[in-house]
Amino acid sequence: MSAHAVSAPKLRVRRPGVATVYRWELRKLLAQKRTFLGLGAAVVVPAIFVVALLADSSGNPEEVPFGNLVRESGLAIPLVCLTFGSIWLIPLITALVAGDIVATEDQNGTLKTILTRSVERWHVFAGKALAALSYAVLGLSMFVGTALLLGGLAFGFDPVTLLSGTTVSVGRGLALIGAGTLAYLLPVIGITAIALLLSTVTRNSAAAVVGTLMASIFMQVLGALSALDWLDPYLLTTQFNAWQGLLRDPADWDPVIRAAWVSAGWTVPALLAALTSFVRRDVTGG
Amino acid sequence: MSGAGGIPIQARGLVKRYGHVTAVDDVDLTVGAGDVYGYLGPNGAGKTTSLRMLLGLIRPDEGTAKLFGRDPLAEGVRALDGVAGFVEAPRFYPYLTGRRNLELVAALDGDGAAGRIGEALDTVELADRARDRVGGYSHGMRQRLGIAGALLRAPKLLLLDEPTTGLDPGGMRDMRRLIRRLADQGLTVLLSSHLMGEVEELCDRVAIVRTGRVVYEGSLPELLASTAGRYELRTTDDVRAAEVAAERPGVTDVRFSGGGLTLSAGEPVVAELSIALAEAGVGIAALVPRTATLEELFFRMTEGEPPAVNGRVPEGVAR
Repeated sequence: MSAHAVSAPKLRVRRPGVATVYRWELRKLLAQKRTFLGLGAAVVVPAIFVVALLADSSGNPEEVPFGNLVRESGLAIPLVCLTFGSIWLIPLITALVAGDIVATEDQNGTLKTILTRSVERWHVFAGKALAALSYAVLGLSMFVGTALLLGGLAFGFDPVTLLSGTTVSVGRGLALIGAGTLAYLLPVIGITAIALLLSTVTRNSAAAVVGTLMASIFMQVLGALSALDWLDPYLLTTQFNAWQGLLRDPADWDPVIRAAWVSAGWTVPALLAALTSFVRRDVTGG
Repeated sequence: MSGAGGIPIQARGLVKRYGHVTAVDDVDLTVGAGDVYGYLGPNGAGKTTSLRMLLGLIRPDEGTAKLFGRDPLAEGVRALDGVAGFVEAPRFYPYLTGRRNLELVAALDGDGAAGRIGEALDTVELADRARDRVGGYSHGMRQRLGIAGALLRAPKLLLLDEPTTGLDPGGMRDMRRLIRRLADQGLTVLLSSHLMGEVEELCDRVAIVRTGRVVYEGSLPELLASTAGRYELRTTDDVRAAEVAAERPGVTDVRFSGGGLTLSAGEPVVAELSIALAEAGVGIAALVPRTATLEELFFRMTEGEPPAVNGRVPEGVAR
């Protein structure tokens, strides 16, 4: 039997890449109500904290760093929120998008729609990973920003006393809050990578979101066991405290440096595993 | 052979297994330029799995698939240049409008695809609903949006997986007209379907698959013509008639069917058979030449028919 052959369609000279995927991932996020749930929580939770402090003038959260200073300077509010946020809120906000961004497309069948266009699979993955990370950064920024704004309005934008006992000006305090937030971002990147891995491997959005949150809580439980003290420095969730090193005078960079390499130790393998799975997987959903 | 000329689809020895189940079993497919090729089989025969392998969505366990000489497994999306289509129902983002969805896939295509959105919407007659969210689209509208999404790639080869499934009769008619129109414009089309009428109406070549294996591959007119020389016989005593027919040289494939018999023979042999039946005391009520429909051929190939008599009447058959 013979079949007619023709000249093959010409290969495209230029293909859309990561930037195109990233841009459209952001547009898709903006079009979904779920996206705003996480961002809403990033605003509402610090607001509730400030309102609770105003409502009860007798108590301070003394057990956490800067907890004894919340009524002295509004700048202490975002720092206290960073500690509280690491327990479940920031991992949850991160997982809401990172855990969903691949799995939901697999479940709904849209993954096959975008993987049969002209973009390489790894470009699609990279665009999604960047979008998920951007969302986590935005969520964390809104969380800290809201806490700072409301804290300042409620208790004043006043000089703040660092963990080493030195009192610094408002300007220096704001710079340190910014630096602390950047340090806090290191384990957030790790959580994003874990969520992406679960999203890719489980192909189930709910399982990936809940799984990420459970993994975060499980690590915190491990970190709380004195018998496992040797493990604590290597846990991703422990790195959520690294920012406190910067809120000293002079700054203690050791926990920040540790947070960088420990977070990288979680992030890189998780991302590589997710990428490998995504590039090689059979797409059968939907 | 990137960039070189090629046959639109050439698959050799494709195998896909899921655990102990072999979904696609040693499938060869050759679709030439300009073919409207029907990939026909019952549900679960492995049609969609084959299309997924052709589009590079899943990896074959064995064999190769090439589109215009390019292997999706080796060349990734480069092998899909000039190729478009969908497997199962086309999927879009329900929270985006139809136009926004097309803008998204066009952005992922590049190469001027965005400039074809208006024309594609007109072609599938969705221009007036393009600003509505896809979540509110009917099944038929989503199917048409799927075709529009495919057309953005200015394809030379279109792979469509059961594009009329779930459509009402009017929607099916419109979809077939659309496919016909695209084929008339010179597109090569691979149409997976389990609807015989659709394949008969649209396709010039077919592959018929059964439990993952191709049981026929070739020209549709030739397949239909292959049943010439088949006759339907109704008599006063079908059992005796079957015995007489089976003993007659030149008569083959005698079967009980629909309250009578069917058999294959040349015209002179049929004339001799009618005399032999009369001599055996069997009255002939009807003896008519019969051309099988694609549907009959399909069921014969994919399900089998009552066994041939082969000179002996099986007990309990055709009573």
